[in-house]
Formats: sequence, C-alpha cells, structure tokens
Amino acid sequence: MRTELTINGATHALEADARTTLLDALRDHLGLTGSKKGCDHGQCGACTVIVNGRRINACLTLACMHDGDEIVTIEGLGTAEAPSEMQRAFVAHDGYQCGYCTPGQICSATAMLDEVAQGWPSHVSDDLTGEMDLSDAEISERMSGNLCRCAAYPNIVDAIRATARKEAAE
Amino acid sequence: MNKHLKMDRPATERFLDETAQNVLGTPMDRPDGPAKAAGQATYAHEWQIEGLCHGVLVRATIPAGRVARIDADAVTGRDGVLRVISDPRMLRVPAQGGANEAPDQGPDEVAYLGQPIALVVAETFEAARDGALALPVEYDPADFTVDPDAVEPEVPKKKQASQGDLEAAMREAAHSVDVTYTTPGHNSAAMEPHAAIAVWNGDDLLLRGSYQMLKYNRNELADAVGIDPAHVRILSPYVGGGFGSKLGITHEAVAAALASKELGRPVSVTLSRQQVFETTMRRSETRQRFRLACDAEGRMTAVGHEVLVSQLPGQQFSEPVTQATPFAYAGPNRVIGHRIARVNRTCAGSVRAPGEAVGITAMENAMDELAEAAGIDPVQFRILNIPEKDPTSGKPFSSHTLERALREGAERFGWSERRAPGQRREGDWLIGMGMASAIRVNILAEAKARVTLEPDGRVLVETDMTDIGTGTYSILTQVASETLGVSTDRVRVRLGDTDLPPGPGSGGSWGAASSGSAVYLAARAVRDRIAEAMGADEVTLKDGHAIAGNRRVDLAGLFDGPVTAEGHVEPGKTMKETRQSSFGAYFCEVAVNAVTGETRVRRMHGTFAAGRILNAKTASSQCLGGMTFGIGMALTEELLHDPRDGHIVNRDLAEYHLPVNADVPQIDVVLLEERDDYASPIQAKGIGELGICGAAGAVTNAIYNACGVRVRDYPATLDKVLAVLPD
Amino acid sequence: MKRFDYARAADVAEALREGQGDGAAFIAGGTNLLDLMKLRVLTPDRLVDINRLALGGIERDGDGLRIGALVTNSDLAADETVRRDYPVLSRALLAGASGQLRNKATTGGNLLQRTRCYYFYDIAMPCNKRDPGSGCQARGGVTRLHAILGGSDKCIATHPSDMAVAMLALKAEVEVEGTDGARRRVPLDDFYVPPGDTPQVETVLGAGELITAVILPLPAGDRQIYAKVRDRASYAFALVSCAAVIGMDGDRIGHAALAFGGIAPRPWRNAEVDGLLTGQAPSDDLFRRAADLLLADAKGHGGNDFKIPLARRVLIDTLRKATRGDAA
Repeated sequence: MRTELTINGATHALEADARTTLLDALRDHLGLTGSKKGCDHGQCGACTVIVNGRRINACLTLACMHDGDEIVTIEGLGTAEAPSEMQRAFVAHDGYQCGYCTPGQICSATAMLDEVAQGWPSHVSDDLTGEMDLSDAEISERMSGNLCRCAAYPNIVDAIRATARKEAAE
Repeated sequence: MNKHLKMDRPATERFLDETAQNVLGTPMDRPDGPAKAAGQATYAHEWQIEGLCHGVLVRATIPAGRVARIDADAVTGRDGVLRVISDPRMLRVPAQGGANEAPDQGPDEVAYLGQPIALVVAETFEAARDGALALPVEYDPADFTVDPDAVEPEVPKKKQASQGDLEAAMREAAHSVDVTYTTPGHNSAAMEPHAAIAVWNGDDLLLRGSYQMLKYNRNELADAVGIDPAHVRILSPYVGGGFGSKLGITHEAVAAALASKELGRPVSVTLSRQQVFETTMRRSETRQRFRLACDAEGRMTAVGHEVLVSQLPGQQFSEPVTQATPFAYAGPNRVIGHRIARVNRTCAGSVRAPGEAVGITAMENAMDELAEAAGIDPVQFRILNIPEKDPTSGKPFSSHTLERALREGAERFGWSERRAPGQRREGDWLIGMGMASAIRVNILAEAKARVTLEPDGRVLVETDMTDIGTGTYSILTQVASETLGVSTDRVRVRLGDTDLPPGPGSGGSWGAASSGSAVYLAARAVRDRIAEAMGADEVTLKDGHAIAGNRRVDLAGLFDGPVTAEGHVEPGKTMKETRQSSFGAYFCEVAVNAVTGETRVRRMHGTFAAGRILNAKTASSQCLGGMTFGIGMALTEELLHDPRDGHIVNRDLAEYHLPVNADVPQIDVVLLEERDDYASPIQAKGIGELGICGAAGAVTNAIYNACGVRVRDYPATLDKVLAVLPD
Repeated sequence: MKRFDYARAADVAEALREGQGDGAAFIAGGTNLLDLMKLRVLTPDRLVDINRLALGGIERDGDGLRIGALVTNSDLAADETVRRDYPVLSRALLAGASGQLRNKATTGGNLLQRTRCYYFYDIAMPCNKRDPGSGCQARGGVTRLHAILGGSDKCIATHPSDMAVAMLALKAEVEVEGTDGARRRVPLDDFYVPPGDTPQVETVLGAGELITAVILPLPAGDRQIYAKVRDRASYAFALVSCAAVIGMDGDRIGHAALAFGGIAPRPWRNAEVDGLLTGQAPSDDLFRRAADLLLADAKGHGGNDFKIPLARRVLIDTLRKATRGDAA
C-alpha cells in the first residue's frame, strides 16, 4: 500500500506491504538507516524516533499508520559535519561505544528534555506536581527505555546533563 | 621497509615516551564518533543494494533429533517467498573464537532447541519472517539430556592440576572456607543483532557482516561454503557490539552466502533478537567449589577451585573458569578441577572475558568469606596474599599492580567508612560496601598493519582489525599520530576489511596492544624512511614536521609518492617467560531494600592498571562497560532454561535483564599509570575485559555487608535476598 | 506477521462496522499487538486503525474523570488532575514500560495487554491461552512470572498491567460500545474474567466491542501508593505490585481499596481484604491479618514461590506507609 510520510521535513512516498513497520520503512525502503533495529519488539529503544514531538519505538508501529505525522529521525537532528548539541555532547562525553544504540539514545534524550520542560514527572520524582529537577537519577530513569550493552550509561547521563545545562543557559 | 618484531625481549626502550606529539593516552574524542552520533556509520544490515532479498532462519522446535521433512511448498511462491533453503553446509552452531575453519554443519541434525534448520528467502523481510514462522517441519526426535547436574560429567585430564596437599592444608589451617558458588548462563546481547548481506560476483563472495575477527572469519566462511578463502572478502567497518558473540562466523553469514549463490541475488540475513539468544554463544552456567585456607596471620595455605560447566556434545571449548586461579593468590597447596556436562543446550562459547568473568567473581566472594573468617579487612587480606611470583609456574610477573590498585581504590572510594554487616540503614534501605580484585590474563596476539605517509603529509592506517566499540579507530589514530608526529586529524584509519593486513581481531582484550604495536612498528619503519630522507640518524617529528639538527621540514612534500610500510608483531619469549596479567580493584556501595530484597548499586568505583593507556577516554569507557556487565551479572542477568527441553525461555530483552540506565550509578574509573615492557612493544596490556573480571563479586560482597545475606547463587535477585531477610 | 487488511476508521461507528468479524482486531498504540503479531502469536486478518477516533480527551465526569480510550499513558500520567487527585494512577503509569512505550500505549490498549508468559510468547510451545486445548507448558516449566492467585489448571499466566492495578483500586469503570451503538459501563472489577477452562477469554468484551473510555470516580481515599517490585530498577514488569487507596477517618481506616499486580491472571483484588481493614485502627497485627486473608489461597509453582512472602511484605509495608501518611 501507498503511504506519504513526512520525515525530517521532506515528503516520501512509500509503497510497501501494510506489515511494514515504521522502522523497516525507514531502514529498508527509504535508506534512512540511522534508526537501528536492536530487538524489533520495543525492548531496547535503538529504533527511537520522534513523531509529532514525541519519542516512540519505530519498530512497534506500522508505517501506514503515520501519514500526516511529522517524523524526525537521527538524520533530522544533525549530521556528522553539523551535529546538534546533543550529538556533540555524546561525542565529547563518550556517551557510546559501538554506536549501535546511539541514534536511539540521542533521539530519546532530545525528546526527553522536552518532556521535562513540559513538567512531566517520572517514576523517581519525589513530588508529582512540583517543578521537575533534572537530577542524574531523573535522567537515568527517563532514559531507561534505551539499552546500551556497551554500558555507556554514566557518560550518556553526563552528555544529557551537559546539554540540558547548555540549553538552560541560552 | 617493513618492520617485524617478535616479542622475545622486554621493550625497555619505551620509545613512545620520548616522542613529541603528546597525543597518545590523551582522552581524545573518537574519530568515528560524529558519524555514529549522526546515524551515518553503517552497520552490517545497512548496505543499500539493488535487488536485495531477505532471508529469515527457521528454528528447530525439538531439542534433539533429525529433521524428517520440510514442507517448502507450503510457503514457497506465496506472499513473495522465493525459496526455502536447507543446505547441509549451513551451520548447526557458530564457530568458536579463532576456529579458523567451519564449525559443525548439517542443520538437519538437531542438537538443541532453537538451532537454525532452514532459511526462508523472500522479496521482503515481512514475507520471509512470516514464511519462516509458518513453515511446516516434521522431525524424528532423539533422546537428549538438558540438565548439567543430571549427567556424569567428562573430566578432561589436561584441565586438572594439583600441587602440595590441599586436604591436609584445609585440615590444619587456622581458618578455611569450603563453599560452592553457582553462576547462570549469560548472553552477550550486543545491541546489533548478527547480520550479513552476501553478494556474489562470479566466484567471488563479498559479505558485509558483523564480526570480530575477520582473518579467521574469512577462513571459516570459505570452509563452510566450500570455496578458497581467496574468493571471500568480508567487510565489518562498524560492529554494533560483540562481547564474544561475533568472534566466529555465525549462522547468518553462511546462510546468506548460500542463498545468494542459489538465487543469484544479494541476500540479507539478520538474526531476530530471539535467535541471538537461542543460537549464538551462551556463557555456560558454572558450579564452583572453593576450598581456601589461611594461617592465623591470614597467609593463604590452600587454593582449591573445582568447577562444573556445560557444553554441547563434541564441542572443544569449555568455559575456562579457573584461568586466573593458578596465579591470583598465594598458597603452596593447590587444586584445580574442571568437569564438563554434555547437554543439549545452546552452544557454549565466549561471552565477555570467558573464564575470569565468572571465575574471579566467585573467587572474590570466597576470598571475602575467608577474610571474614580470619577477621581481616578484605583489602588487607588480598594485599597480604599477593604472590611474589606465579605460585603455580614459578614465573615472575611481568608487572603486578594489584596492591597499588587496592590501596588507591580504597582511598578514593572511602573504604575506611565500611562497617560490620547490617549496621547501616537509611529508611527502607540497608547500606553496605563490598570490594573485589580485578584480574585478567594478558595476551599479545600476532598482528599486522600498514601505515602510509601520503605525499601531502597525511597518514593512512590500514588493517582488517575491527572496532566493536572498543576504540580501535581512536587508539590506532593516536599511535600513528604519536609515532609520526602528525596531528590526529591528519590520520585516517581503515578497518574491518579482509583485503587489509590481518590484525588479531577483537577478542581476549588483545586488540589494542597487538594492533597498536603493529601500527607502531609500521610507523617506526616510515619514521626510518623520513630520517633517511633527512639524512639524519634520528629525527623529531611533531605537528607534521620533521626536525633534525637545525632543519625543520614539512612532511607534506618530503616524498614524491606515498611511503608505505607494514608492521608485524608476534608474541615471543616474554609471554612464555613471564606471567602477564592486568589488575585492578572494585569498590561498591549497595542499598538493599529491607522490605522487598531489591538491590540497587549506589556507588561503584574501579581502579585499573593495564600498562600504557592509549586513550584515557575509550579505556575508561571499556572499564565502565565491564563493570556494568558486572552489575548485570550480580543482580539481573540469567539465561533461564526450560527444565524439560533445555530451551532458553527468556529469549528477549524484556525478560533477559540487561542493566538499564537506572540500574547503573555514575561509576567512577581511575586508570593507573603503568608501563609493562614485557607485554608489548608499546608497553600496553589488555583492558577491554578487565572491568568485568570480578566486578559482580564486589556487588554481592556489598550485599552481604548491607544485610548479612550471602547469595552464593547468582544473580542476587530479590527472592534470594528476601529468603534470608528478617520480617 | 501474517498478512492482513488494513483499514482506518474515522469515527467510532465506522470502527465498529469495520471491526466486525472473527479475524478483525482494533489497533491503537500497537505496542503489544504488533509485538505479538510479529511472533505469530496473534494472526488477525484485518486491522482496524482507531487512532484517529476522537477518544483522546480527559474530561470531568460528574465528580470524577472520563479518560478517553486513546489517551496515551504519558498524557494520562502527566495530566494535572490525575497527578493531583489520582496520584496512584500517575505513579503506576510511570512505573510501567519506558518513555517511548508510554507515548504510544493507550488507556484502552493497556487494559487489554496480554500476558508476558514465556510460553504464550513462543508458538512452538503448547499454551491454552494462545492455542486452546494444547496444554499449559508453564506448569512444570519456568514460572518466575506466574500467578500465585486466581490461576487454573489450564493457565497460570499473569496480567502485566500496572495501570489497570491502580484503576482497580480507584474503582474505575470501563465504557464499552457495541456494534449496535449502545454504550455500557462495566466496573473494572467485573471486566476481567478468571481463566478457568477458557484462558483465551480474558475480559467480558464481546466480539467487535470497543473500549471508548475509562471512568474514574472521585477517589475515596487521599492516601495513595503504588508499590512495584521488579527485577531491575526500571523497564521491567512487576513481580509484585500493590496499589493502595486509603482514606483515614480520624485514627481509623475509613476507606481501603487495594489491588495487586504480578500475582494473578488479572489485576487482583480481594474485597474481603478491603472490608477487613475498613473501620479498623491501623496496626501491624491488622496488616498481617489482611495479608493472611489475601494470600490464604495462594499457591506457588516453584519459580514463583517467593511471590507469596513478597506480596505479604509489600502489602504490610504499603499499609504502614499509607496509614502513616507517607503516600505519593
């Protein structure tokens, strides 16, 4: 079936089996292989993309369900030559090793900071209704949907904290 | 103009301490980082190629027997399914690390539940996946056994050792422990599932895959397919994690190659996450009996370490649990025992730091128990029992940094604040501290690399070595930059291509020191050419210039054409004549919930020494990663086998619990300054696995200190703690 | 994933029309449905996409709250009224899954998630829930995830939802619309049916019926706690969870509603336990009696035996905290 997808601001016409997930559409049909497939079941977060401003697992949604949605993938956040602040921070803090979970981590972290800005609480927030303070524990909890077997977690937390502070200072 | 070095003498020259670029060892950002962070680094399954079709492997649903019939017609031709391939050359198990030949083939003979038996190839991934799950298969089942405790184990003669009289020493000792620890199976669970895309050009096979040791992988693949290795090229420029599971060629590579040949089209095969659990190497579960004893002053007199592991029938590899036991601690009376239970479970093989990951971990628990029995602080107890020389072979240590790591780590962590078990509580949480030593054997492996000084002064480094997240791109950049006095941004490193000079592969922690040495030797050869061109005996190289006497010459333009040299390093007498090991110390603070038995690691520190550190950032990250593996091993990771058919029931990332971000505190890593002249020409040792070798022991020792519960059956899930907690 | 026809519904009426027939399934967030379809555990012939239905709002409903079936777990957890008046629900949602999954998973879908039983998830294994009559392989197998209460000879799977546990303690009602267009409200406590001999039947939803909303009454207790025990610090299903909504009447318990996750084929509630507590002064003795009552019929299957003492401890601790006033 045919679906029009808006990805990183550009329109793509996808002609694919209805069974095609958004992740497989990106990787196998549209050449956008930055989004990774780690488990294909929403258990690792490597496929995280941002749809209508929210991070989701691209492996657990069908491409055909997303016409009209604004999809942002890692390729839309920045490039190796012109990285986003978050991408830059991941490199500076070594917030990765093998790099396979990294695009998902960065998409997730980027959208996560928006969730915090909107005052969303987390499992570790002491107060559900107060101001959200981005402690290390908060970052870790909010990033727990992104597995990293190389286990760069402490560096990922450093990178996100640094990015958040930089954004706050601006 | 090549340079070859057999490591027969210690490298006392320490040339890299005299060079001028001062970039080696610095925490340089990874050169591969920007591409990885932007999603532009391409992994195995990401090759954009015309006409690609997709293959999905079919699993055996019985634990043993023969495939009697595959009803290929039931799926072929429907829904874009092109072919069902069941070829006797397909693999039954992956190749073990360094096998260099095909592993067991013949998928219709089933040795474990989950073994691949066929490949369904279709125009789309969606069709292949469904075809593979819908394919009707009939079996002739055979007898099997899946419980390692229920079979008479094999006792391989070569793996037993004894000296002195252990039993007498145990009887006569002032203090002794006789305890048994068990560890469960583990899966490497790299984030990138095993994947391969195969394309044939006539008789030549090009395979883009995700593998750790390409020079062996090429031969394994060629042998499996039945062609000359000269016709095989493998590309693995980026590998999404390996941790042992990609050491040898795996099912998908052979299946993709055979399918591609048969269909005359490029074929991709990626293991599903469930298949990664079922068909790639598991770390065997272990049962480890320790008999340790010491005198009244705490000097050890006995070290007994007897283990039971499991493996498929016919496989050579068995988890080398006692690998570091012969030299870890002093004591004249020693026994090492090794038994293997043959069972129809997924093949056992290398998972990060085979041997010490589980062997030193449990040893460090038993040491904690003995230290307590002797009434000596655990750090002091270990220091007291550091041997002067290898107590088994009598060889000297090439260097020994354990005491330094223990002392400096204890100081930095605040070990002196530790109290007696069960003495510290904060609300619902019982707080405790634990420690463990880190010990991992060091190996130098044969390696080659090519270095080219381009006429414009840029440098190209080439080897088939892989970077599986370990930092190879970084450290080879730095070694070349340092040796040739060229800024790092003018060095380019090409990896992961079997057309390039063969490196040692990523495994056994030998990659950095071995490949780094090969690059160093090649660069030294190029240096010699520069000196020659300058007409000097020795030159200083810095920032792209050569300085000799009062002359300073730009390397760009020094030569009309490229200057190329190959470096070749081989292990030699220093490895035979000295006992080589990396060392470190872990310190950990946990909180155990007094209501639920849940454990959270609150603080963790590691101090490590591994010879010359080539990049402080990537080395530190390797240690962080290892320690996090240790947290997983301590608290959450366990392959659960069905007791009736042996299959792995928790075969996904929802139920095989890798640590998530919230499980891991801001771990602190300190790397000690060290040079090991016996280890490699660049005085570096292995560090990639050091961080896991004992780490889990620090966590479980901390649990004991928090709540007085000794969990001797890993992982320390809440149920095991709860069973012993007061109401 | 078996081939299916895909249809997108514009409104509830169209969804109900399109959703008729045995092989049809509604898809909203899809986080569990697609997961299971990829494994061929579920093989619908027809998927009706209901994401564009106007069921995404949270609004006042008398004294209570009406939560549209398509409200995402994230939006529900972050809703200011929910955070203030129904903190147990916010807490339960935030304790579940991951940020990404909560952004997709919906209120209706969460109520209908399927068990995480290893054997249900593996089509090579017998499973009465997936393949009625084939047997229960969990019995005699690995049972860490399994039920200690409410199971049957045919099935000992657990319901994995956190959200539903909190909603049960909040006395939620499920609003359902049938193919005839009639809406009915089912108390959540009556929504799930015991496995008995037909573990494939999990709820009272009729063929083609659609959940349109969940209605929460004004909470009867302001001391609300969601305690979740799991195998890692985050992103894991509950081994045991407990939702408590407690209202104090002076120094006595005026209202008690407890619900449990991870221990039964459905979000578990025992009205007698609530009754035992109500009107009593809090004491450890009372809490122990409540635990005795809750777990009187509890039965372990080896790998899950620990859930019995664990549930006991969690219940007692939660009651202590709630009656002391350490609530969310």
